[in-house]
Amino acid sequence: MIPNREPPISDLDWPAGVTNRVPFRLYMDEDVRAAEQSRLFQGPVWQFLCLADEVPNVGDYKTTYAGETPVIVTRSEDGDLNAFENRCVHKGALVCLDDRGNAKELTCVYHNWLYTLKGHLMSVAFQKGVKGLGGMPEDFQLSDHRLRPMRVTELAGLVFGTFAEKAPSLEEYMGADIVARLKRVLNRPLRILGYHSQFLKNNWKLYVENVKDTYHAGLLHLFFATFKLNRLTSEGGVIVSEDGGNHASFSKRHTIHANAEYDDAKLRASRDDVKLADASLLEAFDEFGDGINVQILSVFPNFILQQVENSIAVRQVLPKGVSQTELNWAILGFQDDDEKITKMRLKQANLIGPAGYISMEDGAVGGFVQRAIQTAGDEASLMEMGGRDHTSDNTRTTEASVRGFWNAYRMHMSI
Amino acid sequence: MDYDLQLRVQELMSRYAASLDAGRYEEWPEFFTEDACYKIISAENYERNLPLGVIDCDSRAMMEDRVMALRQANIFEDHRYRHVVSLPSLIGNEKGVVLFETAYHVARIMREGETDLFSTGRYLDRIVERDGQFLFTERLVVFDSRRIDTLLVFPI
Repeated sequence: MIPNREPPISDLDWPAGVTNRVPFRLYMDEDVRAAEQSRLFQGPVWQFLCLADEVPNVGDYKTTYAGETPVIVTRSEDGDLNAFENRCVHKGALVCLDDRGNAKELTCVYHNWLYTLKGHLMSVAFQKGVKGLGGMPEDFQLSDHRLRPMRVTELAGLVFGTFAEKAPSLEEYMGADIVARLKRVLNRPLRILGYHSQFLKNNWKLYVENVKDTYHAGLLHLFFATFKLNRLTSEGGVIVSEDGGNHASFSKRHTIHANAEYDDAKLRASRDDVKLADASLLEAFDEFGDGINVQILSVFPNFILQQVENSIAVRQVLPKGVSQTELNWAILGFQDDDEKITKMRLKQANLIGPAGYISMEDGAVGGFVQRAIQTAGDEASLMEMGGRDHTSDNTRTTEASVRGFWNAYRMHMSI
Repeated sequence: MDYDLQLRVQELMSRYAASLDAGRYEEWPEFFTEDACYKIISAENYERNLPLGVIDCDSRAMMEDRVMALRQANIFEDHRYRHVVSLPSLIGNEKGVVLFETAYHVARIMREGETDLFSTGRYLDRIVERDGQFLFTERLVVFDSRRIDTLLVFPI
């Protein structure tokens, strides 16, 4: 554990327990960012690191981030998954410079210090000096040093890590309802179809809120509603974990009723006159046998699992400073998919990602907030759709899950 | 070198870029055969044989739907592109299909004036002649950086 530096967050006017109003300063200030890195991302949260299939063999490694901390995930000789900070104990340089690879040991190129696949320091170049001169002091012990480790747990092919020894188990952290929803989708061996990386010009929390915001999907994403993939009038709901940090929202395509509410509201999203020239885009099958065609699941602070029809993806949210965020997508199928199903998933991938018919807006809308609040740091958002608490509900016309995020955020940030 | 072929392909490339840069997106599908494929894919996915594209159309009708969606459904701030394309290089010739590789730069000019180098990469094209006109039967846009800034609305 690194010492908790507890950097101060000055002048934050935010009454205890309030989650329906959130000061805009939290998206803008360097002191908030610093506090998040030390209290939240180094604290007892589980962060999604990579897919187990990305490091299948002994010696495989992959580099990623936990918050803004660079991390290496490895598969060691004993078959275990390991994760540790990608920062040499000597001068603090990056040890791994590749996205992925396979190695017997990890070498810091700066001065050739070597680490095992478990992150233990195994040799220091010229430790004994040259011709009896120089070298490390007599009392220097290799075994006193290692790359700072994370606790790692694999669940349904996903690799999560935490820096905190006191974090509960991953399944306890997620909650049984969320684990069940996750395993509903990730129920067999995966196949990686490819990656997207999207760079957002907004604070990371704005993207996570957007994911948890069940209220916006049928309103902002006109394509969704126009082609009846998902409307707020479809049968569905949202499950929010007890601390609010994790959620799963779901809806059923075939339960869309006559949309009196949509029609009355004269919403942009309500037009019925638009048709696709190639309707094969929307060919889908009820893969999980429960009629749910859209399920979005998140685990605090940085993980998202998406099922939109048969398009399945995991997303990793990485803060890159106060006002930028990297969003890494891995688009998935299953190993037992035949060619026809793979083709269907790839076609449906047009719905999601940076150019996705129903997701491109999410890349931009956080930036609309980030730009609009620049001089409004002392003001706050207003999020009271569905009440002021963060409990599960049988409607998605609620911001319960977003308030849940802020409840968990306050808890982890001690603010 | 077949100068006539080279000149006709160059003309196709510059006409395609000019059409997109002018925002005449309705013309975009007309550069393709009915059964054409158009895919924008990262160099990372392409080189690792991962099939995922950012935009992936396997018919001209799907391209028409892209245009319909960007005109009528999708929400984004007004912006435009400016393409610069290299001279195309002939890389293959298969029974009436010519294969060309062409590098591109695309600047994105946003509503408020911000201008960025949005995408660099290369086109890998399969071109056929139909009724005296050169058309793409496949256009693979392989972009160099894995990262896409904010969103990708218009075709490249």
